[in-house]
Amino acid sequence: MSRATISFLRRGKRIDVSDVDPRMTLLEWLRLSERSTGTKEGCAEGDCGACTVVLARERNGRLVYEPVNACILLLGQADGTEVISIEDLETAKGLHPVQEAMVNRHGSQCGYCTPGIVMSLFALSHARPEKLDRDVINDALAGNLCRCTGYKPIVESALDSCSSSLPDHFDAREGATLAELSNFRAGEDVFMGDDSVFFAAPGSEASLAFLLKSHPDATIVAGATDVGLWITKGLQDLKKIIWLGRIRSLATIEESETSLTIGASITHQQALPRLSSLDPDIGELGRRFGSTQVRMSGTVVGNIANGSPIGDWPPLFIALGATLELREGFSSRKLPLEEFFIAYRKQNREPQEYLRRITIQKPGADDHIRVFKVTKRRDEDISAVMGAFKITVKDGLVADARIAFGGMAGIPKRAFNTERAIIGASIKDIATWRAGAEAMERDFEPLSDHRASADYRMRVARNLVIKALAEIAGVPSSTTRIFAHREATHAAE
Amino acid sequence: MPQNDATQRYLGRSLPHDSAERHVSGRALYIDDMPEPEGLLHIALGGSPVARGKIMSLDVRDVRAAPGVVAVLTAADIPGKNDVSPAMGDDPMFASDHVEFVGQALFAVVAHTRDQARRAVRLVKTVIDEEKPSVTVEDALERNETVLPDYAFGRGDVAEALISSPVQLEGMFNIGGQEHFYLEGQVALALPGEGQEMHVHSSTQHPTEVQHAVARVLGIPDAFVTCEVRRMGGGFGGKESQATQWAAIAALAARVTNKPCKIRLDRDDDMMMTGKRHEFRVDWKIGTDEAGHIRGLDLSLLARCGYSADLSQGVVDRAMFHSDNAYFFPAVQIASRRLKTNTVSNTAFRGFGGPQGMLAIERIIDAVASATGRDPLDIRKENLYRSDGAVTPYGMPVEDYDTAHAIIDQLEREADYRERRRAIDEFNADSPLIRKGIALTPVKFGISFTLTQLNQAGALVHVYSDGSIHLNHGGTEMGQGLFQKVAQIVAEEFGVAIERVRITATTTGKVPNTSPTAASSGSDLNGMAALLAARAIKSRMAEFLSTSRGVPVESIRFVDDHVIVGDARIPFSDVAKATHQARIHLSEAGYYKTPKVEWDRAQARGRPFYYFAYGAACSEVAIDTLTGEMRVERVDIVHDVGRSLNPALDIGQIEGAFVQGLGWLTTEELVYDNKGRLRTHAPSTYKIPVASDIPEHFKVTLFDGANREDTVFRSKAVGEPPVMLGISVYSAILNAISSLKPGAQVPLDAPATPERILKAVQALGGGGGF
Repeated sequence: MSRATISFLRRGKRIDVSDVDPRMTLLEWLRLSERSTGTKEGCAEGDCGACTVVLARERNGRLVYEPVNACILLLGQADGTEVISIEDLETAKGLHPVQEAMVNRHGSQCGYCTPGIVMSLFALSHARPEKLDRDVINDALAGNLCRCTGYKPIVESALDSCSSSLPDHFDAREGATLAELSNFRAGEDVFMGDDSVFFAAPGSEASLAFLLKSHPDATIVAGATDVGLWITKGLQDLKKIIWLGRIRSLATIEESETSLTIGASITHQQALPRLSSLDPDIGELGRRFGSTQVRMSGTVVGNIANGSPIGDWPPLFIALGATLELREGFSSRKLPLEEFFIAYRKQNREPQEYLRRITIQKPGADDHIRVFKVTKRRDEDISAVMGAFKITVKDGLVADARIAFGGMAGIPKRAFNTERAIIGASIKDIATWRAGAEAMERDFEPLSDHRASADYRMRVARNLVIKALAEIAGVPSSTTRIFAHREATHAAE
Repeated sequence: MPQNDATQRYLGRSLPHDSAERHVSGRALYIDDMPEPEGLLHIALGGSPVARGKIMSLDVRDVRAAPGVVAVLTAADIPGKNDVSPAMGDDPMFASDHVEFVGQALFAVVAHTRDQARRAVRLVKTVIDEEKPSVTVEDALERNETVLPDYAFGRGDVAEALISSPVQLEGMFNIGGQEHFYLEGQVALALPGEGQEMHVHSSTQHPTEVQHAVARVLGIPDAFVTCEVRRMGGGFGGKESQATQWAAIAALAARVTNKPCKIRLDRDDDMMMTGKRHEFRVDWKIGTDEAGHIRGLDLSLLARCGYSADLSQGVVDRAMFHSDNAYFFPAVQIASRRLKTNTVSNTAFRGFGGPQGMLAIERIIDAVASATGRDPLDIRKENLYRSDGAVTPYGMPVEDYDTAHAIIDQLEREADYRERRRAIDEFNADSPLIRKGIALTPVKFGISFTLTQLNQAGALVHVYSDGSIHLNHGGTEMGQGLFQKVAQIVAEEFGVAIERVRITATTTGKVPNTSPTAASSGSDLNGMAALLAARAIKSRMAEFLSTSRGVPVESIRFVDDHVIVGDARIPFSDVAKATHQARIHLSEAGYYKTPKVEWDRAQARGRPFYYFAYGAACSEVAIDTLTGEMRVERVDIVHDVGRSLNPALDIGQIEGAFVQGLGWLTTEELVYDNKGRLRTHAPSTYKIPVASDIPEHFKVTLFDGANREDTVFRSKAVGEPPVMLGISVYSAILNAISSLKPGAQVPLDAPATPERILKAVQALGGGGGF
């Protein structure tokens, strides 16, 4: 079974594309091929959201509406979805309710970010959040920059329009859309192009193994939230692209009593409910991961495969304890996550290998989790310092500690000296906290860059030890932090 | 002029932006969205890889040979002058001899697709004999290089005032720049016409300057060039003088290839190749009495201008003009230097230097409050201009100083400042890790271009014989709602439905010799010009009806799309038709120049501003002394827009400007390395505010009061002044840090990033935890 086209729905009709460069982004296709210019390019790196479009796809029998950054999404990643752009919201009867609210609330000024914002709100309205408050809306908008309004009228538009349970014209034809989408058969291999230039979306791991064997030089993408930039910014001439998004066996999350296993094509957004349930700090880290658009396309395992020293999942997973499964052909090997990162941008992976899944240890009853991501801007920013703590406390003593940091070295890395300095000590003793903080100096020699200086990074890393241990010792987080108080989260539950 | 609210049909009403429905539906066309003409070619630019040096060779052979390339343009291809500067002649379109900043344009590639052009650029081989660049203010001081002469003004014996003051303080601090980050990057489309004609669509706040630069570069008269702009996706000053170069390059490409040519800068190129808000170093000395009443101020403003003059004369002058903010100084000296660095040429940015001058004095006032142990708000209030001291350091009387008092009093009351101050003090006394702070700061902002000749505007109004109205003026629409405000004025004057007024794109072909849409002056100038045009046509219609119907002209009224003539109620469209048939001209070019303004810069005398716009903001913040993270907890604003032409648009300007000011002073950090390379050249690294940075309590109240000057409808300019309301957040951060060691000076530079906050916390002995 094989299909030689990238295929998706537009306005209810099937589009088959067979003759485009595999690097073509969805935004380029919309603006240059279809000539739908309502969707804008603001940054071409997935940070401003002006290019936001919605991909409607079937998940668990339901049609879901996922906002994505079209500027860094490869056209092929839209395969099997309905592509909804700003032009599609208005009908002969008039504006969509979210558009109307934006007009009534004066939510646009220059108007350039507006189509992207409307699409984010459109997606939010279809997500039908249980409670629609400012936090939910801010979250939905974290990936949309507006330089004119100061956001207040946009948030008000969302409050006005996104809780409406009134069906729109997309709801009205949901059944038909699902039926159309079911024609894109699961398991079918997609291969557009020829042996030298192609976009491939294998339908199974067997097909993937076969492809990788013939094309070890191919670039594997899952969410392309990083590879997209190699193309738009780096102008890398990627000729062979293999996308994992059609492989069902990689799209699984398995949960046991003690662990959580996340497959290679699971997006951040899909993994978030399970990860959040482990600890409120993990939920907050996930909430702050990129933006809604990035979480909808980017994958958890991709964040590891990418090998960045400032990815946010690796330090957390190292602290929790995690094992990677790498596969080549039909044989797998397993590796503790911290051993995957060898040096800056160098990982323990062979060219034909791919990261199949990651298994994360769930915290036990005596384990205390604390996660701190320190950034210039609270939302949609990359960590200057990110610290993850798993502290096991028994009888008031620190029985075990796993502490890992991002942004402090060329790779995500454990703070072994700090761990040793506090193991065995009394959690309530301020001297323990200080000893832990001081040991940090022996764990890391951070760099200075545009995000932060080495001094700042070290000072913050030290202070995070104090903050984490103080909180675990019982100091209420309402007095230790200005955001994301743990008490509030618990109260809300 | 319409004066009575009761009869207003449109003025003072919160109509949506004229393009609101088109914005939300994706139907609003920006230049890159326009249908592409047959044979369109695309342009990409090659920039200098180094900040300072001599160009030894520029080898573009491989570029020329790359797939899809039609032409490669360098300085040698320019038929006219290699100059895209606004005035001083020091901004070459393509560097040809020396390079002066990283990213300075060296050449352009013209290709069939944008992708081909961008790829071809990378094939250039450039050899530059590199010199050590000046990157910082200190580098420039050491080299003693400036882009324009030093300038100073003041009054009284400052040295004596300082020495004799019981409280003497001095300090130095740095103010960061700011990237405009208009969402629509720089873009232009040039269409070659017959003969030497050139039609340029440019995303510019200054179509006339684009027209002039295109003509200059091509070596043709201005009359051969038309520049048109329907809308910009944001401007903020970044498209005042610095949209010109890209339009001129597109025009050159169109001339050379004889094809339509489009240029759209990639975001990174845009951020590296266009100027920003000026960084400043402020050196200051102040003398006060024991209670903090200012006796003397000695201020030195060291501006980092980048490699060329651009608009730095006006920008730094305006910083000087706002170094008093709303305060009276008996003796004062304000000096300024316009320092040359090998960085992109800094330019206009909403506030045009005013924010830096104002931040300087507010920062100093906070230092006085620390030193005297008094509430900063009391220091502020007691130093305000008042009847016995109401002349600015540049000699302009402050006639409406009472507005500042009234606004501050109202805000102090409505924001519950005193009670919250007490609550915060209590909170801090018992909070080792988290500290809170509050500040209430005023804004007094001078309205008018300080270059007096710019204070003029034209408009063109046609009434067609079916009664529909064509409106055009020299102002440009960048999101601020200018087009709608002016349309409201015209509809009001004719007494017709606003749908009858067709708003049209700004073009140098209809209204010539325009000033930039800048200095917050858009509706003051263009609104008045359009009003005068409409009024002239209306008068002719009325006179015709008076004569033909024998009714006194004073009794004729234009209301509800009708004209009331005696007992008759004639549809406006019929009147238009009849007037035309009577051979009466139904078109008018309106012209307005601002009265009262005159400024003698050499003597530092005169009245640079027609009037002042006022406002005040009260902000509360919390900081984390372990990480330096900061959260804005509450913001209240009272702002003066005179009598509002459109309250919704005005509030939108105030909210948006406040947030832009907030970003400037908190998260937006421009980082250059020691080679002069900007390291924060994309939104991944340069962080403007997002939705969650805005507190839930963010309340804006319009101050109830008309402009004392005779502006259109007694309104006031609103574009820039509220940017400086953001200073309240910075002041509140100082206040929070200050609680760690009352009385100590807080060493905090702007922007107050988490790193800078933590550094200041540590300097005051905090930041170590319990």
